[in-house]
Amino acid sequence: MEKDQLIKYSKILKDLKLKKPLNIMEVCGTHTVAFFHTGVKDIFPEELNLIDGPGCPVCVTANGYLDRAIEIEKKHKVVHATFGDMIKVPASYTSLQKIKSEGARVEIVYSPMDALEIAKKEKDKEVVFLSVGFETTIPTEAVTLKRAIEEGVENFSMLTGNKLTPPAVDALLTLGEVKIDGFILPGHVSIITGSDRWKFLGEKYAKPSVISGFEPKDLIMGTLRLVQLIEEGEIVTENLYREVVTEEGNSLALDFIEELYDVDDAKWRGIGVIPGSGLRLKDKFESFDAEKKFPVEMPEEVENKGCRCGEILRGLITPPECPLFGTVCTPREPVGACMVSFEGSCSAYYKYRK
Amino acid sequence: MDKKILLAHGNGGELMGSLISDLIVDIFGKESVQLDDSAIVSPGEGQLVFTTDTYTITPVFFEGGDIGKLAVNGTVNDLAVMGAEPKFLSCGLILEEGFEISSLKKILKSMKEAIDYAGVKIVTGDTKVVDKGSADKIFINTSGIGIMRGYSFRNRIIPGDKVIVNGTIGDHGISIMAERSKLSFSEGLSSDSQPLNRMLLSIGDKFGENVHFVRDATRGGVASVLNEVIAGKDFSIKLIEDKLPVKKEVTGVCEILGLDPLYSANEGKAILITSSENAENIVNEMKKFAEGEDAEVIGEVDTDFPGKVYIETYIKGKRILPPLQEDQLPRIC
Repeated sequence: MEKDQLIKYSKILKDLKLKKPLNIMEVCGTHTVAFFHTGVKDIFPEELNLIDGPGCPVCVTANGYLDRAIEIEKKHKVVHATFGDMIKVPASYTSLQKIKSEGARVEIVYSPMDALEIAKKEKDKEVVFLSVGFETTIPTEAVTLKRAIEEGVENFSMLTGNKLTPPAVDALLTLGEVKIDGFILPGHVSIITGSDRWKFLGEKYAKPSVISGFEPKDLIMGTLRLVQLIEEGEIVTENLYREVVTEEGNSLALDFIEELYDVDDAKWRGIGVIPGSGLRLKDKFESFDAEKKFPVEMPEEVENKGCRCGEILRGLITPPECPLFGTVCTPREPVGACMVSFEGSCSAYYKYRK
Repeated sequence: MDKKILLAHGNGGELMGSLISDLIVDIFGKESVQLDDSAIVSPGEGQLVFTTDTYTITPVFFEGGDIGKLAVNGTVNDLAVMGAEPKFLSCGLILEEGFEISSLKKILKSMKEAIDYAGVKIVTGDTKVVDKGSADKIFINTSGIGIMRGYSFRNRIIPGDKVIVNGTIGDHGISIMAERSKLSFSEGLSSDSQPLNRMLLSIGDKFGENVHFVRDATRGGVASVLNEVIAGKDFSIKLIEDKLPVKKEVTGVCEILGLDPLYSANEGKAILITSSENAENIVNEMKKFAEGEDAEVIGEVDTDFPGKVYIETYIKGKRILPPLQEDQLPRIC
């Protein structure tokens, strides 16, 4: 889109007169940040309320997952390989960063392949990749695992904490705690799942939605179109990211995932166990499943005192409504996961609020 | 000569003597290095300006330079941003036992190129060798002396002033980050290490105290420098996203790693805050120099959000650029 057109549409959004106040939810953490970063959230008309969804993989990872990773290290002295922002998340009793400072080996990697490389280089060490993330990262994790299996890298395994996005949105609507009039759906996730995967929003809940990209033009046009669908009562999932999102999704990636994983229930921070929202390695690959390979006794999972990440992830409150926000809980000393992750709603509010 | 640095290279004996005279002094120039306990220099008329900085970086050699080039340009720039003319440098080396002498030679040669380019001299130095594992290959300290030329780059900043940068931002930090993470798409990225003294002094000589403030935007990048400037002040600084010069390669890596060029280190970029009426002429003067080719007015001082730096995005939305909280970490997706 030409720049002058972009300015024109941003003015339309700014001056938009709604028939009544509306709540729309952006599901994806990358969108949360993009709305702030591009300044689009800043030009929202007053009556249009943007609610952040549960789409930040680090944020929704329950404490129990990290507790297990920490116990595995304690008992089996493995090398953990993880994406950077996981290390600071406070688990029930400690964090990966803390155990690292106490001598545990926790390597920050940019891709699961890097973790596999560590395992190949250091054959006398057990390397565990902490596999969290949504549909966007699952395919690369699956490819890595497949390579490990094919090459027989026996000292490599994954602790799967991967999650599927559509069941979480489904669960939020079933809970019905917050009134949401329509959804801005994640562009990257939809590349994998396909737009059809979101049809349930209309069929089951009569909610319109748009699939959108991440550039300012995508955010503005997506928002304008969603408001229009809501106001005209048009219950559809409209794909505005056609350059890359198809109806059926990326079948190659989906087949890959199906070959390696079974769909399983998964626990989400703040929401609880959501049926069919997680992945588990198929039994035949159990020697690569860190949870089975390294049995541990799990400590009781506790939530961080006073932290309201759960309600934030369910869209019930905004970060500044949490009493810890910006005082006890800051990016430097985070109490909850939403303040840790780059894509977390608290971190975005903390960084960008005026 | 031995291929690797030995502890004996630092023990004050013969090996150390040959390292200093055959390698270091030979490269830096016999006519400028004084081998006595201190160097006696005559910097000329004017107030003296004195600075020191220590350089550590992994990798030691990188696209666009090495630790030696950084150590010269960094100290030269620290003097130049005060409005001083850099004159003399010292060079303190801390070498790790086992460091290749060929690498040291390469670094010293690059320092020599940098001092010649910047027009300064290394007049004194020191060399220490530490046990393997006690340092990361090589650490360099350079101190520098310069003289003021009758004006200062530390003046009162007022609303209406313009913010200028001399070229693309984030090049050094992002290039090093990409190199460290061995990104395959880091082509076209390179550190921007360069001396700014000639450009800055030319501007100082012509525009004097119409230049209200200058600082090199090293660690923490442009956003951090500006946050230091406005901390506790009753004005704010607005940057205009549309005007920010960023290389497309830098934008690409930032998008993938979740980094922000505004918070990434530069090694050859200065932020100038100048009077509004001279801003355009200053930019034109900067453009006469290779290091100022892409100079641009990127923002202004106003009073909209006192004590804060903010950015007006392409679509005219606004967001705050807060002080950097933590090192930027690569993110998940």
